[in-house]
Amino acid sequence: MAASAGVAVALVPSGFAALRAQQVPIRVGFPVPLTGPYGAEAKDQVRAAQLAIAEFNESGGLKGRKAELLVRDDKLNPGEAVTRTLELIESYKVDSIVGGLSASVQLSINNVTKERKVLFNSISQSDVINEAQDFSIYTFHEALNPHMTTGAVGRYVFPRFGKRVVFLAPDYAYGHEMVRGFLSVGRQFNIQVLAQILHPLGATDYSTFFPRIQALKPDLVCICNFGRDQQLSIKQATDFGLKRNARIVVPILLYTARVAAGPKAYEGVIGGTSYYWRLEDTIPSAKTFNDRFRKAYGGAVPSDYGSLGYAGVRTVLEAMRRAGTTDVARVVEAMLGLKYDFYKGPEYYRACDHQAVQSVVIIESKSKDMESPADVFNILHVEQPAQTHLRSCQELGHTA
Amino acid sequence: MTLAPDVLALQLLTGLALGALYALLAIGLSLIFGMLTVVNFAHGAFFMVGAYVGFFLYGLTGSFWASLVGAPLAVGAVGLVVERFLVRPLYGRGLDYPLLLTFGLAYVLVEIVRILFGKQGLPFDTPEALSGAVDVWVGYFPLYRLFVIGAAAAATLAVWLFIDKTSYGLIIRAGARDPVIVRILGIDIARVWLAIFGIGAALAGFAGVLAAPLQGVAPEMGDTVLAEAFVVTVIGGMGSLLGAVVAGLLVGVTISMTSLFAPEMARVCVFALMALVLLVRPQGMFGRAGLLS
Repeated sequence: MAASAGVAVALVPSGFAALRAQQVPIRVGFPVPLTGPYGAEAKDQVRAAQLAIAEFNESGGLKGRKAELLVRDDKLNPGEAVTRTLELIESYKVDSIVGGLSASVQLSINNVTKERKVLFNSISQSDVINEAQDFSIYTFHEALNPHMTTGAVGRYVFPRFGKRVVFLAPDYAYGHEMVRGFLSVGRQFNIQVLAQILHPLGATDYSTFFPRIQALKPDLVCICNFGRDQQLSIKQATDFGLKRNARIVVPILLYTARVAAGPKAYEGVIGGTSYYWRLEDTIPSAKTFNDRFRKAYGGAVPSDYGSLGYAGVRTVLEAMRRAGTTDVARVVEAMLGLKYDFYKGPEYYRACDHQAVQSVVIIESKSKDMESPADVFNILHVEQPAQTHLRSCQELGHTA
Repeated sequence: MTLAPDVLALQLLTGLALGALYALLAIGLSLIFGMLTVVNFAHGAFFMVGAYVGFFLYGLTGSFWASLVGAPLAVGAVGLVVERFLVRPLYGRGLDYPLLLTFGLAYVLVEIVRILFGKQGLPFDTPEALSGAVDVWVGYFPLYRLFVIGAAAAATLAVWLFIDKTSYGLIIRAGARDPVIVRILGIDIARVWLAIFGIGAALAGFAGVLAAPLQGVAPEMGDTVLAEAFVVTVIGGMGSLLGAVVAGLLVGVTISMTSLFAPEMARVCVFALMALVLLVRPQGMFGRAGLLS
């Protein structure tokens, strides 16, 4: 983009260029899996991202220049995501890409944006995206990563609920990284791993795993999947009576999946999250964000992953405004200078890997005393942002 | 890890519950192919439509039993319309014509459901009376899955009785062997084919509504199921009802038992089983040779 802007300035009179800049909106490409097992989460990401766009435009845009969101369905397929991302960059000349709701899809998007020198802010979990091999200066990661999430969850559950653990995880990057994260934090607590079971992504039946899990008599069953997979596996585990003797723990306890599956299936499940709307009880920015969301969407509250869509877009637009331009090098610089509190308390991007350093919230699904249909979790603990909870820059292969 | 007999028994039961649904789907597929030589690629979509009709009726009436009866009837009706107006003009034109038609029809049905119910999957609560786990002596097992085994067995029995023991079934079997002679005998074979397609679709719809409390409903839920149903049908032998039942249960148990020892291999093992059966008996376990030629 920097190159094409430079060419434009060189070829046309400067007055015309300025006029053109005013007319062409800032375009943010937003590839997310609207169809498939993560559809509910993706849809909420779109709604929240649109809120960030609207706020930016209402507050004057970038010197009057408005922003727009270009939503694309990546179908949870890395190949489809590459095609859509390339199309957004080539045909629609987007100024930035935000999105990618899957560990593997975001890496494929990142490959494209890296090569095309377009700023990409990823809003779903991945450890690999922080590592030197996949990182580029155009790569940002607004979401939590599995190491942070499992670290916080592990530090909470292992001392409290027992050491005999069974893992059930989807057989792709996200699942592998979550299990690895739990094993890493588990070493500090001497957990005993009874089994690591992998299931295909998007599986609809988990029943065949449960007799074995029951026979192993674990204290904890760590179910490391996402979206509809999480909803179905927890429901079926509950049907099988797994909670009789064990506690179900998930790295990310999804608001959308819990609301869809109902209180009974999720009863007593503990997990981590980047955001739960009840943070508004203690955090003013959460209250502001929730109220805007409620107003825009008929009283609904934003979900965890929805909020990431909001934060991912808002940080990019805020950085553009601070840089006073959409020139990618200057926007990257402005991103790194941000110390922001947009919805969940203080955050900033770490310099070496552009990971958003932020809090992790530990929540438990509740089945009684719910004040509204949205009141689904109890907040058990908030682990405050700290670089010590991230892998070190050296560990990730960064020299800086 | 301990391989106590009760774990194996519970695993076997899990496999049978899974296989019951496969069998139900494969029966419909096999019935349509065996009688009409139509390779029905819309079968997965019929399954999905059954689940959605069940979801709709459950929401409307609040009764799971109403949706259990209503969904197969509705999908059966869809099947009748599809056969009468879409498939029938293609008879006698070769195997690929109805195959391509139903392939396209599946896309249309998925898209219609997306328009009506949205792209996202929707949850489907297990009916209260059938929820929870019960002690089955070797361990705890979800009551609903026991019900699925029973319901699938009942439907299978009904289809078998109908085809093997009634005079209408006799016509159907005769029609499958030699439609020309049946026509010469003064029987309207077109009506028989219409009925078969309807019954096959209704069975897929029944499987769909049975599966809904286990996996919720989603527009794409028929896609994987279609592939699995074809594998089961091929293993059992295209056109064989007994084959569909035996192969359905066999595939369910294979997945379940593989999951116990090597979960990652579960899906591959099903295809390995298919390859093995095809190598030994190209027409499938109970299939008649030469149906596809």
